[in-house]
Amino acid sequence: MKKLLLLAVLASFLVLPGCSKKKEEEAKAPEAKSAEAALPAGKDIRAAFVYVGPVGDGGWTFAHDLGRQMMAKLPYVKDVTFIESVPEGAESTRIITSLAQKGYNLIFTTSFGYMDPTIEVAAKFPDVVFMHCSGYKSAENVGTYFGRIYQPRYLAGMVAGKMTKSNIIGYVAAFPIPEVIRGINAFTLGVRSVNPKAVVKVVWTQTWFDPGKERDAAESLLDVKADVITMHQDTPAPLQAAEKRGAFAIGYNSDMASQIPGAWLTAPVWNWGTLYEEIAKEVHEGTWKSSKIWYGLEHNLVDLAPMSKLVPADVQEIVNAKKAELASGKDEIFMGPIKDNTGKVVVEAGKTLTDDEKLSMNFLVEGVQGTIPK
Amino acid sequence: MIEILLFATIKAGTPLLFATLGAILMERSGVINLGVEGLMLVGALTGFAAAHTADSLFIGVIAAFFAAMAAGAIHGFICVYLRGNQIVSGLSLTMFGIGITSLFGRSFVGLTIAGFSKVEIPVLSKIPYIGQAIFNQDVLVYFSIILVAAMHIFLYRTKTGLYLRSVGENPGAADTSGINVGLYRMSAVLVGSGLAGIGGAYLSLAYTPFWVENMTAGRGWIAVALVIFAQWNSTRAMAGAYLFGGINAVQLRMQAMGTSLSPHLLMMLPYLFTIAVLVMATLRLEKGSTPEPEALGTAYDREDRK
Repeated sequence: MKKLLLLAVLASFLVLPGCSKKKEEEAKAPEAKSAEAALPAGKDIRAAFVYVGPVGDGGWTFAHDLGRQMMAKLPYVKDVTFIESVPEGAESTRIITSLAQKGYNLIFTTSFGYMDPTIEVAAKFPDVVFMHCSGYKSAENVGTYFGRIYQPRYLAGMVAGKMTKSNIIGYVAAFPIPEVIRGINAFTLGVRSVNPKAVVKVVWTQTWFDPGKERDAAESLLDVKADVITMHQDTPAPLQAAEKRGAFAIGYNSDMASQIPGAWLTAPVWNWGTLYEEIAKEVHEGTWKSSKIWYGLEHNLVDLAPMSKLVPADVQEIVNAKKAELASGKDEIFMGPIKDNTGKVVVEAGKTLTDDEKLSMNFLVEGVQGTIPK
Repeated sequence: MIEILLFATIKAGTPLLFATLGAILMERSGVINLGVEGLMLVGALTGFAAAHTADSLFIGVIAAFFAAMAAGAIHGFICVYLRGNQIVSGLSLTMFGIGITSLFGRSFVGLTIAGFSKVEIPVLSKIPYIGQAIFNQDVLVYFSIILVAAMHIFLYRTKTGLYLRSVGENPGAADTSGINVGLYRMSAVLVGSGLAGIGGAYLSLAYTPFWVENMTAGRGWIAVALVIFAQWNSTRAMAGAYLFGGINAVQLRMQAMGTSLSPHLLMMLPYLFTIAVLVMATLRLEKGSTPEPEALGTAYDREDRK
């Protein structure tokens, strides 16, 4: 009897969710080696991705995985594997090390919390190229990459500012870190550029992923008369709440137009594919050098999802004009004078924030109603 | 304003309430189930999948109940008939639930259904302040409230309920008086798991009508804690579930209205209450009475009877 129990418990552990791996892709590995000998020109790529969430999250990890699939189509990319739901911290060190040991020569780690583990493992594998997303530490063989998602957020703010009737816009925010704060500020500046009377109310959920709580946060904003809702988290829950109450919805990460047909306006979205192809090409040709990539609309790394039919043509026109301006490289979103929401001037007239200042942003601009939780 | 808060509180508390009631039923029979989180996920996915496929929310709820029951049967079989370690089996049930739902749920990500809508009860919904909050909810909320009363009557007013409690308190004595311990425990685990499944289905069918992996976000664990908070009592479970749901609703709304009270402080409150309840329970324990089922967490083997 005891043995049976042990078997049953072991069996259930086998279906353990985290760190599930695509078997078929691993099976491709031996082929890659033989192909290497046949093709002397350029280095064959065997890439691996470490994801913080499941690929089915419909948000952050989902967007990265679309990029991975694009990269997998390149002829010299022999093998692209991924490991999903890897916890940040010590566990990730083990996973990244095992990937490097298995001979993957290009490893992407796609969450902020993998920063130190990536640096640590990279020191032991100097021939492997590591790319870490959203961090600030790099090394000889570790590059960093991220996107100026605040640019499409500014554009989304313009749409919101034009669409609101109550002049109250609800923002369901995640954690009070510079990335989220930058998004709120850019969005609000976009709102106020077309509608100086509108305000953006912020509610912090302190979650990245809790559909119930995020929906509740949206409800609380709708209760105080917000008629456009946007959010930073991965789930469509706040947007569904908006749709149900007859408000407009602006998403994030990926195009969810089909899920929220009655309220969807647009969303700031990621296009990781082009960047992943570019990096794979550089490593293949041997031209890759460690750098800190922070691309915006000009590289098409970030974009504004197509605006829905609910957005009138004249609004689409001014938003598209601004988008063209940003895409040409003229980014003056954080150009002074900018006041914070206590009235203090944070960016003086004629000055603009440097990238470092943008990356460590710690104030809310005028027009935001809410505080940064301490 | 009070009405809005109360409405949100009840809605947020309902999934917790179902799961807590299910866990109480199981623990009353002497079986601890740490797999509630997994059962909720199984219920959430099956409920959504069935409702989407059959285009009927009712079928979704039924499917969630039976699917979670089937998953719970594994735990019941291991704990009751194989006399395995309940903690280990419950934990693996949670992992099993997370794993199997992410595997089979992939094709359901991004789909939508209409979800339960509000059903207004005439007359009662006109009561000032509380009418709209309590009597203008969806049917699952009403069902959960009826369930609280039904469970109380079952446990304290029926012979079967008495037998069930005696199995959880002293299975040896119950066995001597001719009660089938295994049958009672297994049935409690099956029905309790089914209820946890409905708790999960409330999330995917009424609260946020869609499916994403891990959408319970730890609510199963809160339910496990709520059982202790409620001291294995179904009416207190209701108070506990609404307290945990309510604090969350209040803190988000306070932010939206622009008050400056720290949300961290508010979020801490339910846990402070839990500690207070535990302290009180321990004090009572010293006086010699405890609501905790005596045989909780121990397997029963007739051969080992003392």
